Amino acid sequence: MSPTTTPQRSDTPSTSAYAAVDAGTPRFARLRGSLQQLLAAASLIVIVVFFSFASSHFFTANNLISILTAATVTGILALGTTFVIITGGIDLSIGTVMVLCGVMAGVFLTYWGWPLWAGVAATIVFGGLIGLINGVNVSVLGIPPFIATLGMMLIAAGLSLVISGTKPIYFNETPEFQSIMNLSIIPGMRFPLGVLIFIVMIVIAAVLLSKTIVGRYTFSIGSNEAATALSGVNVRRWKIIIYTMAGLFVGLAGVLSASRLSSAQPTGGMGLELEAIAAVVIGGTSLQGGKGSIVGTVIGALIMAVLTNGLRIISVPQEWQSVAVGVVILVAVYLDMLRRRRAG
Amino acid sequence: MSAEASGTPPLLEVEGVSKGFPGVQALDDVRLDLRHGEVLALVGENGAGKSTLMKLLAGIYTPDAGVFRMNGRDLLLDGPRHAQEQGISIIHQEFNLMPDLTVAQNIFIGREERGAGIFLDDRALNRRAQDLFDRLGLALDPAEPVERLTVARQQMVEIAKALSFDAKVLIMDEPTAALNDAEVDVLFELIRRFRSPETGVIYISHRMEELARISDRITVLRDGRYIDTLVTAETDQRTVISLMVGRQLAGDDRPTGSAPAGEPVLSVRGLSTKRLLRDVSFDVHAGEILGFAGLMGAGRTEVARAIVGADRRDSGVISVRGREVQIQSPADAARLGIGYLSEDRKQLGVLLERSVRENIVLASLKDYLGALGFVRDRRIETTGREYVQKLRIKTPSTAQLVRNLSGGNQQKVVIAKWLAKDCDVLIFDEPTRGIDVGAKEEIYGLLRDLAGQGKAIVMISSELPEVLRLADRIAVMAEGRLTAVLDNAAATQENVMDYATRFSAEGTITR
Ligand SMILES: Nc1ncnc2c1ncn2[C@@H]1O[C@H](COP(=O)(O)OP(=O)(O)OP(=O)(O)O)[C@@H](O)[C@H]1O
Ligand SMILES: [Mg+2]
Repeated sequence: MSPTTTPQRSDTPSTSAYAAVDAGTPRFARLRGSLQQLLAAASLIVIVVFFSFASSHFFTANNLISILTAATVTGILALGTTFVIITGGIDLSIGTVMVLCGVMAGVFLTYWGWPLWAGVAATIVFGGLIGLINGVNVSVLGIPPFIATLGMMLIAAGLSLVISGTKPIYFNETPEFQSIMNLSIIPGMRFPLGVLIFIVMIVIAAVLLSKTIVGRYTFSIGSNEAATALSGVNVRRWKIIIYTMAGLFVGLAGVLSASRLSSAQPTGGMGLELEAIAAVVIGGTSLQGGKGSIVGTVIGALIMAVLTNGLRIISVPQEWQSVAVGVVILVAVYLDMLRRRRAG
Repeated sequence: MSAEASGTPPLLEVEGVSKGFPGVQALDDVRLDLRHGEVLALVGENGAGKSTLMKLLAGIYTPDAGVFRMNGRDLLLDGPRHAQEQGISIIHQEFNLMPDLTVAQNIFIGREERGAGIFLDDRALNRRAQDLFDRLGLALDPAEPVERLTVARQQMVEIAKALSFDAKVLIMDEPTAALNDAEVDVLFELIRRFRSPETGVIYISHRMEELARISDRITVLRDGRYIDTLVTAETDQRTVISLMVGRQLAGDDRPTGSAPAGEPVLSVRGLSTKRLLRDVSFDVHAGEILGFAGLMGAGRTEVARAIVGADRRDSGVISVRGREVQIQSPADAARLGIGYLSEDRKQLGVLLERSVRENIVLASLKDYLGALGFVRDRRIETTGREYVQKLRIKTPSTAQLVRNLSGGNQQKVVIAKWLAKDCDVLIFDEPTRGIDVGAKEEIYGLLRDLAGQGKAIVMISSELPEVLRLADRIAVMAEGRLTAVLDNAAATQENVMDYATRFSAEGTITR
């Protein structure tokens, strides 16, 4: 109840519904959502300014581009998983599935000799397929998302090794494959195609989340799943669609990371899901579901990338970088909770 | 209200409907008919099966047996969407909104305005919502997020949503439980406007005085069975109540209390908060029930929350048995023997996914620890069973999850929780919301007993008759101030209302 509520007499004329319902919430309340993003953006700027002063090597065109490049793969994973987290779910499999997708790209292009476009498309579809399985496990079989995707995380880690015979696959048949990530698109600068793809995906994800039916149901399910179902929305189907979509993003991330290394490395990937989730959470998306934004996720991914890069440039040892990122996550989430508590 | 012309089938017919849940026969061979243009009230005790019947009509549950007919044609209800498409709209007992979406997005969820392909056209959606509000005379902003609305406004959103379907049958499951009198007036106005020769309303409520105002006929359920249908104009509250509970209730004699002598158990001096409260002072003595009356927003709940430390106090001194105490949180309050039953059961009062007995002993779990800190399950079961019986909580066993209880029975569990804890001061905020008349009497009796045992009880209620019926003294609030403390003998509906509206005379009413 707003503090300015005026008591109502019970004999208020009833013909006007206006009188009975107390004064609405103040207008500025609506600005609060964008304020949160502003704060996240402000912290990013503070960190950037700090490193710029700390080292002259930080704020250079080349270094900024390498930060973006480093943010690309985790960022794309985070974009897809933002949808899943807003529904109130979680996807722990994205790291190892991304690796598995890279291996599959190797299978399609190198083992089977498919043309480049077909291999790339098939890899992305493969990622979608794994997402579909996750979605079915969660919404049809009713396995909690944490468990369902934990299982998939282990399955994918194992399959990568089995399929590749534990050895990296090189893209000897399609040398152009490495340009998907690395091709320089601005003459005289090292601006890679992969970063452009990342930017395009940001736009696509942002439009999907805020302007389309998928986005609307993503928020609705996370906000109150039972009520969404009672309103006649086929919640199961939409959850499957959302997990599948996140899988497509994972497929693309798999292509880009394999392309970046010019090879499919069958190991690793574990832990990447946590980095992606951290980016989402730093960006203000709630693990309880119902709240979140793509802009926030991008800012979160950039904060993580800037930190890693900046700490390295000012020669903080690797071990301490992890500590710093951990602290940032705790602080970011705590500040966000403080804001919410005050708002609520 | 005209009787159905002979030969015309009723708008909606329910025949021989049964529905069981594990351990509970919620409905047993129930029938009901809703005529064109009428408001049919559906009444019964907590757990009688009202909500279950409505969920069958809304396509949420499928019946074990029975048929539904609309205008004489058999109805097959396959899911909530399907029921809506056939013209049956429901406002559920529990809120069913998506707090993170806007008002318009909530109303049209599942029926979005599409631009091209998968793209949404929210501007068109907002226009459509605005049209709907204009038609209904509601002052809602389509673009406002629902989480920012008060409970009453959220209820209006629910109603607008139900009416946004081309509904023929509108079902309302306790729509007034969270509304104040003025808001109830608005609701009734909406119902009257909705009513037409093609439509009908099924109206569920525990507030008996509403039935005479809004309903044409009253159907009574008891223990999942159909009892009778009465014409409202030809019956009275007593008859309806005795059909509901199957026995006569004790008369409603008022307490003759006056301020008991002796030292107060709880005394509050100069309590103020930034938001609302201004210099509130009062005492509660052992053995007395102090009722708080006032309009919604007058600050009664805020007083309770400030006392137990759920909200920040700006100033004020609280003493227990004459000693000043520092209370920063409800946990501090509980340690000092002050229990607080909040008005918002779903959020603060009850663990839906835990059993009835666990909930009942939750606040007093300390008393159930044996050697080495193990929980003594047998004693918990005994206590659980004791309160299930005392409050007549309808449940197959104390191990049932609270989620599976009917709304009113969940409320009884919350009450039991505080009764089971041995507190010196008990503050009850709207304790009988959603509770049936029979059980209300039982709860009144229990509160009296507790007072008789020497406890001090504060009871906040929006139902004035309830306060008059139960409280020894009545504290009246208006705009964050205490405007009067009356002995029961000196209090009447009129003078309490007078004190409750002390400040609003200066034209603070909007429109
Ligand atoms: N999903 C469920 N699982 C098990 N039992 C249930 C379930 N839903 C309802 N019941 C039981 O069915 C009976 C009827 O419940 P219902 O909600 O229809 O009561 P009601 O008449 O609406 O009561 P109230 O006035 O308290 O809202 C109750 O005993 C309740 O515990
Ligand atoms: Mg009910």
